[in-house]
Amino acid sequence: MNPASTALRWGEGRVADPPFTQARPTADSTQVRLMARSSRLTLAAAALALSLVYLLPLWHIGLKAPQYPEGLGLYIGVNRIVGEKPQDLNSINNLNHYIGMKVITPGDIPELRFMPWLVAGLIGLGLAAAVSGKRALLYLWVGLFASGAAAGLADFYRWGYDYGHDLAPDAIIKIPGMTYQPPLLGNKQMLNFYATSWPAAGGVVLILALGVGVWLVLRERGSPPVPA
Amino acid sequence: MRAFRWVHPGRLAAAVAAVVLTGCSTGTTQAGGTGDAAARVYVPPGQYDEFYMFASGGFSGQVSVYGLPSGRLLRVIPVFSQDPEKSYGYSEQSKPMLETSYGFIPWDDAHHPSLSKTDALNDGRWLFINGNNTPRIARIDLAEMNTKEIIEIPNGAGNHASPFVTQGTEYVVSATRFSVPTPQKDVPIASFKENFSGLISFVAVDPQSGKLTLGFQVHVPGFDYDLARPGKGPSHGWAFFTSYNTEQANSLKERNASQNDKDVIAAVNWKQGEQCVAQGKATVWPARYAHNWVDEADVAHSEMLTATRVLEPADCPGLIYYIPTPKSPHGVDVDPSGEFFAAGGKLAAMVPVFAFSKLQQAIAGKEFDKELNGIPVLKYESVLSCEVRDNPGLGPLHTEFDANGNAYTSMFLSSEITKWRVKDCAVLDRIPTYYSIGHLLVPGGDTRQPDGKYVIALNKITKDRYLPTGPELAQSAQLIDITGAKMKLLLDFPTIGEPHYAQAILASKIKDRQIKTFDLAGNKDPFAVKAEKDTRVERKGNVVHVYMTSIRSHFMPDNIEGVQVGDSVYIHVTNLEQDWDVPHGFAVTGAHNSELLVMPGQTRTTVWVPQRVGVFPFYCTDFCSALHQEMQGYIRVSPRGTGVAVSFNSPK
Repeated sequence: MNPASTALRWGEGRVADPPFTQARPTADSTQVRLMARSSRLTLAAAALALSLVYLLPLWHIGLKAPQYPEGLGLYIGVNRIVGEKPQDLNSINNLNHYIGMKVITPGDIPELRFMPWLVAGLIGLGLAAAVSGKRALLYLWVGLFASGAAAGLADFYRWGYDYGHDLAPDAIIKIPGMTYQPPLLGNKQMLNFYATSWPAAGGVVLILALGVGVWLVLRERGSPPVPA
Repeated sequence: MRAFRWVHPGRLAAAVAAVVLTGCSTGTTQAGGTGDAAARVYVPPGQYDEFYMFASGGFSGQVSVYGLPSGRLLRVIPVFSQDPEKSYGYSEQSKPMLETSYGFIPWDDAHHPSLSKTDALNDGRWLFINGNNTPRIARIDLAEMNTKEIIEIPNGAGNHASPFVTQGTEYVVSATRFSVPTPQKDVPIASFKENFSGLISFVAVDPQSGKLTLGFQVHVPGFDYDLARPGKGPSHGWAFFTSYNTEQANSLKERNASQNDKDVIAAVNWKQGEQCVAQGKATVWPARYAHNWVDEADVAHSEMLTATRVLEPADCPGLIYYIPTPKSPHGVDVDPSGEFFAAGGKLAAMVPVFAFSKLQQAIAGKEFDKELNGIPVLKYESVLSCEVRDNPGLGPLHTEFDANGNAYTSMFLSSEITKWRVKDCAVLDRIPTYYSIGHLLVPGGDTRQPDGKYVIALNKITKDRYLPTGPELAQSAQLIDITGAKMKLLLDFPTIGEPHYAQAILASKIKDRQIKTFDLAGNKDPFAVKAEKDTRVERKGNVVHVYMTSIRSHFMPDNIEGVQVGDSVYIHVTNLEQDWDVPHGFAVTGAHNSELLVMPGQTRTTVWVPQRVGVFPFYCTDFCSALHQEMQGYIRVSPRGTGVAVSFNSPK
């Protein structure tokens, strides 16, 4: 027998499941699909956890060189870019002038002004979904969250590309073919500097929260509706 | 056929001496060395020493900083002498540090580094050191390793017994080593006995800021007050000063001041002195003495103070007692318990050890021998604990202590260190030094908890110890292991100037507090510019101010015109760097001054009076970057009265 013929196809199975079918209340046009109580609590926790990104940096870029055994570093947060040590941003900018890189001025990066509001919106929507229990809101939340994260990474890449490629034509050090884009994720040797780029604590919170959201979506899709 | 040659008599004598002295002609170690010494002092590249040692630079006037056990020189801290390498005493911001009541003095003779103490332990905050020639005391901030304050001691002469620190850094002390008319007056030198006297001074240290103020001075008979140690623990509140020349000779003192069998230790109850001052028993003498300090803006200032409070011992009973001590005493050193203090007699062959509790009993029982100029002299035996008599060596000078009840005394004449037990004066061990040891130190050896491990001999003569360097040879320090029953020589290393005394402190108490850069945003120098856009050149009559910045690898401005021959050109360089270990220098052709050396975030000013017409280069003197050589600029100098307007380039 062809085993494939007995396998369920996408969408099969649940609807045909007699106990579930029988457990369903009578059809009612006002009925909405609500989340399980544990899911709503988990979602609320995930949404609230997002507020940590106001306190914790999302990303860390590190630079090491023979002259900098102690390393230089930047923390990128939802609303700020600061040196790992008080003078690191200053020092990195000063070093970058040799290769003609633009000065990194956090005040000139508009994302740092509107990202906090996007996060606030995500927290609000997540809480609204949890309070109302509406699965549609959960799906919307995860969808917006995931696309926001993807857009953020793309934006981060764009900034990195811009800083790394848009170099002053009269730069002190010009090496044909050499650009200075930091890695999006990972490590890279650039002249005498070894650059690293990894999520920082706030970034880990974001990733975990998104992961929780995705898990909730999978869980809720597999659960029967709950009466309002 | 081999020619007959004389055996060199010196070599023969040396060979004979070696056999006689060591009893062994096939020794595998050099004089004093031990087999595992290299491993004991080896600090691998990139690793840190366990201790900082701060050594006086003697007649260099500075303090040098070494790592122990490696003996590596880490820094020279300029204190009493101009230092062109660091522009100390040359930059406008630092010149006031060397002001005195005699005017600007570019040098002194520095002797005794003394670490600040909390509860009789080294706290790593400050280092004090004396200037012997023009009496002064300096305070060095150990987080920055720079001199922050210098106070002159009024009416003093030969500030040698200084600046030893009380157990809570309440005071640093000072005393007159060369008695003079006090206050000064024009008298025959032969009238020494009636006209000459000394002062023992207590300089108060502010517990927060470290600021030095002259607390009070005690007017004492005209002996030569030589060295000192404040008490600790039970003897806290007292300080002990040796004095020689109780003969009060005024000429050929080497003989005339060596006649008395015993000179004295002055035991001063400074807490009693504080009380007498509070009771208004001090008299205010007119005086002139400089007080110099570095302010928050990292700019030095100098003020002239005009009064000092002086206590006469007769007006303050219980303030001072004399303890007889043998043969021209030099050091007086208090053991970790604070109960015992040992005196070194330069011409003695024994070391007397006194007990503080016996001193108290003798005072209470009025066990006095006589009075010296109105000051009670206690009976020697009444204060004595024991004498180190069992052939301890010749010419004991100084004693330091370990944590196990042992003392280490330097013997100048017999050139050795003798280890003895404090409680019963038993001699335990001895080791030669190369040569003529003066001071010695044990890390933490003057605290209530010595760190032990090593004793370091500070030697006056090195002769055959290093490759010869003409007539002038280095002095030296010798690192000796004291962890075992027998002392072992591990290392000797040359020093800068004469390392009269040194103190060592665990690196862990200091190293993590080191300042790496000065905060540019917090730079309060009145001539600072914090951004290239603010750089400028301004003329005011014959004075031209250049507000310049430096950052890798350029000055701004670096083209300056409109300067005239004979102008006073004040060049204020602010280093915009905020990166550790990136100072920039500044030097311009023909300046009658040193370079400037400007730390990150700091502003330094040099004055240049151009003498010739032309275009003169200036450049960075401290190799700062790959393009350090390009860090240069030009100043155009026009004839006096020319119409060339002041101009300069600006950042694009």
